[in-house]
Amino acid sequence: MLENIQATVEAWPFLARGLWVTIQLTVLGSALALVLAIILGLMAGAPARALSVPGRIIIEFFRGTSLVVQLFFIFFVLPQFGIDLPGMVVGVLALGLNYGAYAAEVVRGSIASVPRGQWEATTALSMSPVHRMRRVIFPQAWALMIPSLASLMVHLLKGTAIVSVILLQDFTFHLDQLRRVTDTTWAYAVVGLVGYFVLALALTLVMNALEARAKHRLGRGPSLREILSPTPTAKDSLSTAGRGF
Amino acid sequence: MPTPTDPAATPIIEFRDVEKRFGDNVVLKNLDFHVNRGERVTLIGPSGSGKTTILRLVMTLEEATDGLILIDGDPLTHRIVDGRRVRLSNREIKRTRTRIGMVFQQFNLFPNMTVIQNITESPIHVLGQSKAEATRRARDLLHQVGLDDKADAHPSSLSGGQQQRVAIARALAMDPEILLLDEVTSALDPEIVGEVLGILRRIAETTDITMLIVTHEMQFARDVSDRVLMFDGGSIVEDADPDTMFTAPAHERTRKFLKAVLGEGQIGTR
Repeated sequence: MLENIQATVEAWPFLARGLWVTIQLTVLGSALALVLAIILGLMAGAPARALSVPGRIIIEFFRGTSLVVQLFFIFFVLPQFGIDLPGMVVGVLALGLNYGAYAAEVVRGSIASVPRGQWEATTALSMSPVHRMRRVIFPQAWALMIPSLASLMVHLLKGTAIVSVILLQDFTFHLDQLRRVTDTTWAYAVVGLVGYFVLALALTLVMNALEARAKHRLGRGPSLREILSPTPTAKDSLSTAGRGF
Repeated sequence: MPTPTDPAATPIIEFRDVEKRFGDNVVLKNLDFHVNRGERVTLIGPSGSGKTTILRLVMTLEEATDGLILIDGDPLTHRIVDGRRVRLSNREIKRTRTRIGMVFQQFNLFPNMTVIQNITESPIHVLGQSKAEATRRARDLLHQVGLDDKADAHPSSLSGGQQQRVAIARALAMDPEILLLDEVTSALDPEIVGEVLGILRRIAETTDITMLIVTHEMQFARDVSDRVLMFDGGSIVEDADPDTMFTAPAHERTRKFLKAVLGEGQIGTR
């Protein structure tokens, strides 16, 4: 036990470096996934078939092929066509494409579930399709999609572990190094478990905050400041009193 | 009361042989009618008779499956070219659409915007008004509907009646020539209906906006309308001024309908 702790402390600089790689992959991969999800989700939900059909094909392709295969493809096959990308870029690209395709379905579904009356009101006010999406529909869909996006992000975080197959030295890679000097149980079941759990928890807290903010903007639920303030003020209890007359 | 319109002038709304089908279900058939500029026309009839569909066609929320709708003589969604019925471009449709406003049964305020943002959004971004100009007008309209103090409130903090008053202000902020009112009091508590109808009465008295109204509030229909159209099964059964319609309807179908909604003994017989 003591040796294990000792070894972990000694390995900490490496583990920290691995954690940093995992965090980068998660944040950059999620950012790319979100951008792709919004583009593909809007395409797939568009009334014009010239947009929706390609959107659907891209989504189904990247959802239907496994992350490992996509990773190998970008890492080993693309260089043969002269496209040689650094490991980090390959990791972010594969994670972004794979999870972006899943998230695109979330985006499309959330947009479709904004009540019909909202769409009709924008027509009655002569808004253009872009204006309608940007100012009315998307802000409402955003609040609906955050919980599902959050759970996909946690999946993505855990998905980053497989990038060690393309020799990226992430947290899992360094856990494996640690295993050699300690033992499997310690490295994976204690250090690994705690490491990934803390990262996932941090991610979930950030997404919960985003969700609370998005809902507050739609007039549902208290503001973030009210949630975070330790003592509720009189103003807070007023604003949470709901629809009084 | 609006000034009597010149019957020879181009009607502001004209339906020519309009048909609306949803699959096999024919909602409107061979419908011909017109509304003159400044007229207030109420559509009555049993549910499913096609009244609301008419408003939705004028607002371009639906498109007719056959026939033509003209707004001030201009085709709304389709025109006839070389004997064939062709759809207009979205740009052309939008140009006519900005002349028309609508208030919905369910208010449909945007929950992600404050009251004032709801009202100024389209005047600024669609009509190109300056923010200061749009805000000034919005505050004026809020005053008219008695909600001066709610400019920065969120729709979710308002009662149904207040939300509907904001929705009326929002529609008026676009300065529509035609205002469509689709059962605007049906989702409200009975004691709040009066305040909303009062505001609409005042708008009817102080402006010359053409109004096409679907309502179950027969007293309101009688008070503000120049003309009442009785619908049944997708066709007009009777077209009369409100006094005639409500006291001496010519058709048995109208009598039956009014008896059902107003109760026995309310309708004078010839």
